[in-house]
Formats: sequence, structure tokens, C-alpha cells
Amino acid sequence: MMIINAQNVLFSELNKKIREADADCVLENCLGQRFIGSGMSGKKITINGVPGNALGAYLGSGTITVNGNAQDAVGDTMNNGEIIIHGNIGDAAGYAMRGGEIFVKGSAGYRAGIHMKEYKEKKPVIVIGERAGSFLGEYQAGGLIIVLGLQKDGKPTVGNFPCTGMHGGKMVIRGNTDSIRFPAQVSAKAAEESDMAEIMPYIEKFCALFGFEKEEILSSPFTVITPDSKNPYKQMYVAN
Amino acid sequence: MKLEGEIRIPSGCAIAAVISRDGKKMTGKTAIDGISVMHDRSNGLGGGFAGYGIYPEYKDFYAFHLFYTDNDARVECEKYLKDSFEIVKSENIPIRKIPEITDVPLIWRYFVAPLSSVLSRLQLDEKEYVARTVMHINTRLRGCYVFSNGKNMGVFKAVGFPEDVGRFYRLEEYEAYCWTAHGRYPTNTPGWWGGAHPFALLDYSVVHNGEISSYDANRRFIEMFGYKCTLQTDTEVITYIADYLLRRQGLTLEETASVIAAPFWSTIEEKDEETAKKLSYLRTVFSSLLITGPFSIILGFEGGLMALNDRLKLRSMVVGEKDDKVFVASEEAALRAMEPNVQNIYAPMGGEPVIVKVKEGMY
Repeated sequence: MMIINAQNVLFSELNKKIREADADCVLENCLGQRFIGSGMSGKKITINGVPGNALGAYLGSGTITVNGNAQDAVGDTMNNGEIIIHGNIGDAAGYAMRGGEIFVKGSAGYRAGIHMKEYKEKKPVIVIGERAGSFLGEYQAGGLIIVLGLQKDGKPTVGNFPCTGMHGGKMVIRGNTDSIRFPAQVSAKAAEESDMAEIMPYIEKFCALFGFEKEEILSSPFTVITPDSKNPYKQMYVAN
Repeated sequence: MKLEGEIRIPSGCAIAAVISRDGKKMTGKTAIDGISVMHDRSNGLGGGFAGYGIYPEYKDFYAFHLFYTDNDARVECEKYLKDSFEIVKSENIPIRKIPEITDVPLIWRYFVAPLSSVLSRLQLDEKEYVARTVMHINTRLRGCYVFSNGKNMGVFKAVGFPEDVGRFYRLEEYEAYCWTAHGRYPTNTPGWWGGAHPFALLDYSVVHNGEISSYDANRRFIEMFGYKCTLQTDTEVITYIADYLLRRQGLTLEETASVIAAPFWSTIEEKDEETAKKLSYLRTVFSSLLITGPFSIILGFEGGLMALNDRLKLRSMVVGEKDDKVFVASEEAALRAMEPNVQNIYAPMGGEPVIVKVKEGMY
């Protein structure tokens, strides 16, 4: 294992050190450096501190673990691999993600999973432990977004305007979704057995990563949201 | 070189702020630490700071900060000021000559009070007269630009990276209960000293990350009330909107936030009847002051600040606190640069104002 002190190291220099390391890397004192691990493959990177925006952008494979919070655009356009956040993440997590997995113990900001997409075996997954901000799954074109609503602050699991422009993929929300206003072009239904079978590996992985009990998580109902192809998305921003 | 207002080039910026609810003073170092960690969000074409509570010995006088292109402009402007103001002190703003900051204009500071004879003749209140004077100088006097004019506060800005601008103006020598800071990445204008943030009118100052799409609609409306937008810079119009709504219309900060980041009609419909009625009223009466497009702003004023995102939250902004202090920044890394043990970090929702006030009597 190689320990890299990231204090006052420019992001490009930091990425160079990670790329040159032939072992797993632990970054200490990270503070706002962008693009960490971007475009890399086969690396195991652990981050102590706060990584900057676009963490793991275009990630090819490997694992990035953050022992704390991450900022905006985590996993932007990532292709494969996994990003594990033991805290909260900022806005636009998994932006245009094409594959791989993002696990977040805490909450996500606005626009998590914006324009995620999938193609054949490439199917990205985002699992959010607590809450997600407004515009969750905006323009979602593929992949799977799971929001577990494990927050204890009483705030709603999902903000305003979820699934705006969603036209592919699947979203699964745990807990009561009666107060969530979904747009007309998606359908929300109680999860069926096949849906639960599909998300089970990710629930199990979430529990293993962050120390939750599977039974407790499964004790609440799950709602599945998919686009309704008979009633496609039209517009939001112009006619408001 | 073309200046702001002469050309429009078809943005990323960084904002940061710290305030002590107990009115405890901090040097400019805290704000510089916060903004410099976000270096990559700006491109060296503008940086600036606003400090509140920095001129206690002159707290009853308006502190005018001016850029002059040359000495003739200064002589002309001072002649104009002397006609209607008592000038108790005039001086160069102290700077540190550093290679990172070039093309330095003449930078002067005046502590002034409008003559009571002038105010009674014009039947204007003091603040209105000061605001009109600023508009006059900035639009009519060649080579003069007032970039700060509040009481017991001051804006310091330049072309350069913000951490260099902070060193240039020796901000470690000033003590404020609130600092706001900005790193600029200009997208629409060439980047001139006057166009750096914060923008200020009276004690209101605004730092802004984003690019509003309602600029011209907002400008046309606000110019009907005597404001002159000279720089084609969207932050300028936001500053005047804040002054118009807060000072002239007497709206509260929350109401002002509901005007400029008005909720969608569909969101208003879900509110209780009284709230919905009020929000509809504000959206209807001040419809031209709805600011659309991405923004995160920090509005500084005497005794407090308000941080606000656009209603769609197209820019990032996080808030944290530690003891008596509240921190705001575009990135969490900046909060931790200002205070490594910052607590209760959260990202406010789009259109949700974060209002922090210093305890009464402590500023």
C-alpha cells in the first residue's frame, strides 16, 4: 500500500502519483483536488479528506473509497468500477454514467443520476442510503437508481421534480412515496418479486459496505418507477 | 483594451463567506484560505472580497472606494464630491506591489457624509442621495468608477486570482465580522477591475457564481427606477435588485429570495393558503425581477448575509458552522480550508435562503 500526502498537491500532480503507483493508494489530507482517479483503471484508491469535483470521472475499473463526503459530479461519465462514499455526495452524482456502481452511505444532492444510460451488459447502478435532492434521475435514459431513505432527520426521501425527462432505466425508492409527485410520463408501482430480486445484490452490498441489517432495510415497502413509453416526456423548462 | 460594457463574450466562478454571529473580528486571511482552495474555478481575470465592520473609526461615514484611470479623472471626481459631501478623509488604498497584479489603476478611498443642506434642498434621504451620486459618477464621469460605498464596510477587487488580490490589498491588516469572497471566471465580459466581484451599492454587496439568463429583462425593469447597469455583468443587476427590494420596497430578506428565486407555480400550489397567496403576490408584482438561469449568490449587508441558490439549483453551494461562525462556499473543501473542524455541513435547496445575522448590538 502506498500512502500519498495530498496536502497542497495540485490535482494533476496527485493523479500522476496515483497513476505511477503500482500498489493500492491511500490519499491523506485531500482537500478539493478535482478529477481524482479520472480515466484510470485497475486502481484501488482510498481517500481521507474531501476530494474535489468529478471524482472518478470516466473511471475504467477499480475501486475508489472516500471516508467522508464527496463534492459534485462524482463518477461523471464513469464506464466501470465502483465508487464508495462513506458520507454524503454533492450535486450531479453519476452524471451520464455508462457503467459501474456508486454506493453512498448518506445523502445525495440535486440531480443524482442525471442522464445515466445503459447498453446491453453495461448497466450503471447508484445506491443512495438516505435522501436525494430534487431532479433525481433527470433525463435518466438507463441504469438503476436506488434510494433507501434511511435518514433520521424526518426530511422527505426525494426532493421536487424526480424523474423529469426520464425515458429509460429504473428507479427504486424505499418507504412511503405517497407525497412524491412524479411526472406524467413515468409509472410508479409497488415492487414485484422480480424487481426485488434485481435489487437484492445491491442491497446486500450496501449492507456489507456500511454495516446495515438487510432485514431492517427490507421491512419497508419499495416503489419502482419506470418511464411510460406510451406517454413520452415533453418539456419542463420552457412552459413553467 | 475594451472595458466591461463595450463587448460581450459569449461561466465557473467560486464564492466563499464567513460570518461571526457574535460579531467577533477576523482578518481577511480566513476568506483568502477559503477562496484559494477553489483556485481552479477561476481563471485569473478577477477576484475580490467584501469586509464588514472594517472601518469602526469612520463608521458614521460612507466609505467610497474608487478606481481612476488617471489623475485628471481623480481631480474631476473629487471636485464633484466636494460640492455635496463633507470629505473627512481621502487617501490611497494601501496596496502591496506584487508581480501577479498588473495594470493597476489609481485606487482611492474617501470617508464622506452628504451635506445636510443638499439633502434638505433635494428632499432626499441620505442613502438615496448616496446611491444617486454613485450612479452619476459611474455613468457620467470619465475614468471614474465607484466600486464600494457603504458604511463601515469595503469592497476590494482586482483582475487576478483571488488569493493574489487578497495579498495585493493587504487584507490581513483588516478585521471584519463578515467576509465574502469571489474568484472570477468571466464568460460574458473581458475581465476589467470594475467587473470583478463583489458588486456593491450602499452596504449591500453581492458575489455570484453562475450566469443568469434573465439579465436583460431584469435590467430593463430595474433601470426604470434610476439604476444604471453599465457593465453588462449580471451580478451588477442582482446588486441593484437587492437594493431595490430591500431598501426601497422594504421587503424582508425571505421575501426578496421569493422574488428572485420564486418557486414554480406547481410548488406554490402545494403550500398552505396564506403562504401560497403571499408567494403568488410576490411572483406577480415583481415578475420582472425573477432571476432565471444558474446562480449561487452571497448577499452581504450590515450585520449579516444571505446565501441563495437559483430555484433549479444549477450551481453548488454548501454551508457549515463552528461555534459562533457560519461558513458558506461553492465547495465543501473551502469550508474545511476555512475551518478544519467545521460541523453541520449541508447543501441548501434551490431557492432556500440561508440568512445569518450578527447578534443585535454586536456589530
